Amino acid sequence: MPTLIEIRDGVAKTVADAFTHVADDEDMATGDVILSLARFQSDGDRLLSEGRRLGVRLKSDEQVEALAYDLPRLTLVALEFPKHLDGRAYSNARLLRERFGFKGEVRAVGDVLREQAPWMIRVGFDAYEPADGSSANEWQAAARRYRHAYQRAADDRPVAFEERA
Amino acid sequence: MYQYDTIDKEMLADRSAEFRGQVARRLSGELTEDQFKRLRLMNGLYLQLHAYMLRVAIPYGSLNPTQLRKLAWIGRTYDKGYGHFTTRTNLQFHWIKLKDAPDILDHLASVDMHAIQTSGNCIRNTTTDPYAGATAEEVDDPRVWAEAIRQWSTFHPEFTFLPRKFKIAITAAPKDRTAARVHDIGLVLKRARDGALGFEVIVGGGMGRTPHIGPTIREFLPVNRLLSYLEAILRVYNRHGRRDNIYKARIKILVAALGKDEFARQVEAEWAKIGEAVDLPDTELARIRGAFAPLGFETLPERSEAFETAKASTPAFARFARNNVKPHKKSGYGIVEISLKAIGETPGDATSDQMEVVADLAERFGQGDIRVTHEQNLVLPHVKLDDLPAVWAGLEAAGLATPNINLVSDIIACPGLDYCALANARAIPIAQHIAEKFRDQDRAEQVGELKIKISGCINACGHHHVGHIGILGVDKKGEEFYQLTLGGSGAEDAAVGSMLGPALPYEKVADAVDTLVDVYLRERKDGERFLDTFRRTGVAPFKEAVYADAH
Repeated sequence: MPTLIEIRDGVAKTVADAFTHVADDEDMATGDVILSLARFQSDGDRLLSEGRRLGVRLKSDEQVEALAYDLPRLTLVALEFPKHLDGRAYSNARLLRERFGFKGEVRAVGDVLREQAPWMIRVGFDAYEPADGSSANEWQAAARRYRHAYQRAADDRPVAFEERA
Repeated sequence: MYQYDTIDKEMLADRSAEFRGQVARRLSGELTEDQFKRLRLMNGLYLQLHAYMLRVAIPYGSLNPTQLRKLAWIGRTYDKGYGHFTTRTNLQFHWIKLKDAPDILDHLASVDMHAIQTSGNCIRNTTTDPYAGATAEEVDDPRVWAEAIRQWSTFHPEFTFLPRKFKIAITAAPKDRTAARVHDIGLVLKRARDGALGFEVIVGGGMGRTPHIGPTIREFLPVNRLLSYLEAILRVYNRHGRRDNIYKARIKILVAALGKDEFARQVEAEWAKIGEAVDLPDTELARIRGAFAPLGFETLPERSEAFETAKASTPAFARFARNNVKPHKKSGYGIVEISLKAIGETPGDATSDQMEVVADLAERFGQGDIRVTHEQNLVLPHVKLDDLPAVWAGLEAAGLATPNINLVSDIIACPGLDYCALANARAIPIAQHIAEKFRDQDRAEQVGELKIKISGCINACGHHHVGHIGILGVDKKGEEFYQLTLGGSGAEDAAVGSMLGPALPYEKVADAVDTLVDVYLRERKDGERFLDTFRRTGVAPFKEAVYADAH
């Protein structure tokens, strides 16, 4: 099972993952599960009625707008990085937070590297399944690497022009 | 000029510290070259044919003497005593050792410089008019907006992994010295009838394998909404730009595929949702604007006796003044272009000694202001006409007084096969051969404005598509051949050049250019530039002459 690191209020820690990723061709697991968009659309209602918590895993070419009306029913949204260079999930994450006001967990999955931490945090990710074996301490350091930010994003840190004002 | 404050400086320090850690992990073997590659490419460090190349950012091509001296010192200490100015108005060191790179970044940070976003699929250095703040042609100082874009685009968390690299140019003068229409985004600052400032927004221009002149997607964007509008464009691109094929990943392909109207519609829809939150508050715009307030210009007469006397007595100085000195908005001042295209040298190269000379002259005579042009020259934007003879003498002694701005030997060339792993053919020696052909300065002046641009491969770093004469190196069964195009322009009359005919072998290129010039001189009518004549006559007389020789 992949390591799960959470960063909440600037503190990174390794946590036990209550959720199980279930691929489209796998049998349904018990408990809380993370499903593809398609599988969520077919099985979501039933699973929610069983009292389970659900997450949806969006591929990088899927857009969060597809989830807009379902977000209140979701505990987490996992956004996939097929390669770390595929940056579409950064837009999805930011829209989840800024445009749709999603308060649940936004988890980075796939080719997730600690060097990406400063950007991921700023667009609204708060949970990470690192692909590079990095530790919570390393994510903590990466999260604090930059003392300032120039532009507004999905986090609430003051940006440079506010610090200057 | 804009002065970095604590926040700007700490951003650079944090980046430098991070990179030092990454290099240490590479040198200790913790990271493989492959793993390290993605990290070094975030810091402008490329592995080229012979060594590492470090590309240093020069935001909107603006330097002070302290910075230029530091670049000179780095060139002397860590490279072979020179640097290469690029078409992105950056500076490249071509002979860097990996172990030195973190120290170099620290030295750069000590003078508010860095290599951030000089590589990778992110927003690259924003370029602007090298005459900003000095030319009477501009409606406002474009550096204000270039600096706003610099800050907004630096470590932008959403747009650091775009489908492909992304370049923005901004000009505030109708005469476009930035090639705005062949950028991913070109911004042309304009003033409305009511005096309000706004941008014409051009998106989807570009060169490379598929050159496009960018269409205008919005005629007038109020200036204070710039950042939210850029954010909308970048978001549409980040989400919908192609990622399956590196050669189809630039925004020009998306704009062409959707059509400019549909692309504009998507941008406007996204912009409406984004709102004003990301726009800079007026207080911050005022702070940035204040940094570019006009310097202390003296009230001087239009005519400088010292300048006129020197021109009359020294023909070489008069020639320099004709070609390299441009009108300044203040009477008694001039804009001095310093050509980095000395005949027989590598276009864009400057030795450390030369950089120091320019820094000294800028300090003594130029209000401490130095610019880099996308045509790979330098500019001292504010020089008193009275001081021009002294500036010229200083440049002349350093081999920097080549009087060829915009003339046939003022050539853009990429590093080509002499340095670059991607190149098919050499570019620099072709430029040198052509320059040699026009060593006779009277003839070069008689030919007038003629922009030759040379790329060593289809990636078009030498901007050959928009050369009045464009030259593209191709590989034919292991031999260097060159495809010539005519009639391109990167200026306000932007156009992609059209093919002359079959590619020519290496040794025939300079002769062919000579022939093209002869045809132009024969065909031209009063006041026509090469480009104008070509546009009137079409390719036929040029083609006939070049290939007649070949038979």
